Amino acid sequence: MVKRFFILVMLILFGLMILPLLTGVPPATGLNPLAAKYVQDGPQELGAANLVTAIVVTYRGLDTLGEVAVLFIATAGVGFLLRRKKEHAESGTKRPASEILQTGTAFLMPLIFLFGVYIFVHGHLTPGGGFQGGVVIASGVLLLMLANTSARINQTLLHFVESLSGAFYVGIGILGLVLAAGFLDNRFLPLGHFGTLCSAGAIPVIYSLIGLKVGSELVGILENMRGDPL
Amino acid sequence: MTIVTIIGVALFFIGLWGMLTQKNIIKIIIGFSIIDTGIHLIIVSIGYIKGRTAPILDAAVSRAEAIMRVVDPIPSALVLTAIVIGLAVTSLMLVYAVQMYKHKQSLDINDYEELKW
Repeated sequence: MVKRFFILVMLILFGLMILPLLTGVPPATGLNPLAAKYVQDGPQELGAANLVTAIVVTYRGLDTLGEVAVLFIATAGVGFLLRRKKEHAESGTKRPASEILQTGTAFLMPLIFLFGVYIFVHGHLTPGGGFQGGVVIASGVLLLMLANTSARINQTLLHFVESLSGAFYVGIGILGLVLAAGFLDNRFLPLGHFGTLCSAGAIPVIYSLIGLKVGSELVGILENMRGDPL
Repeated sequence: MTIVTIIGVALFFIGLWGMLTQKNIIKIIIGFSIIDTGIHLIIVSIGYIKGRTAPILDAAVSRAEAIMRVVDPIPSALVLTAIVIGLAVTSLMLVYAVQMYKHKQSLDINDYEELKW
């Protein structure tokens, strides 16, 4: 009873905290100065049609680097906590997946991978980008794991892709520092024609690297989390 | 105040209530995820401007009139970051839950009294 009372008090206090957000904030009628600057100068300066990508990859690129680092640390934590004892209980007793699932996976896997690559390569033109594309690729691998329960993901290759893309990401950031105006500046590559695939300088390269890194990290999490005999 | 803000706040409170009342660790983690989603909706709704479109320039939204036609792109970028961090934190919490279950064969939060005072 006392506990319920405290929970109620807690919820009411949080409600009071959030109330100004509901009543005190007038609906926006125009962009604030910072957003207006990004919207106005972003296309000229960076050549990216997708302004969210321009902010995520270049204007606030350092945040994205930190975000990738957080994801990496979480993956490392998952791998550390769920470390398998050297294949002690191989999943030989599991029932194999049905014919439909296996055939469907063989058909869909390349398409899902292609779609993921499409999403992160076109991150500067359309909604999407490295994180979304990486998640799509990981979902393709999840389908493979469901269809083929005994398939092992090559951990060495996974770590290789992840480390290399991370290192190249930081390397490109430093290239921007040396050749252009600052860390993670995309303008050391030509900006190209606005709105085409090969435009916006280094943004497609950076987002492809992020896509590969996020994809391999999520596949690592899936691989660690699945079928662990308790 | 838009309908998205209201839904976001409602999800926030549903999640908070779930975290405070549920005993099962997995349900607490689900409550956390619901809070996460609610906060994402609130942040996105702050950047919304009535009658405007997504901040992506193409044939429909030209560069000259972009400043009058698009919503604030910064909250979208923030939420993109928040979603990824939320995913990482959720996966880490689930792994902790797995480890706790391995340790005591129980997912009831009342069985873990080491830190209770």
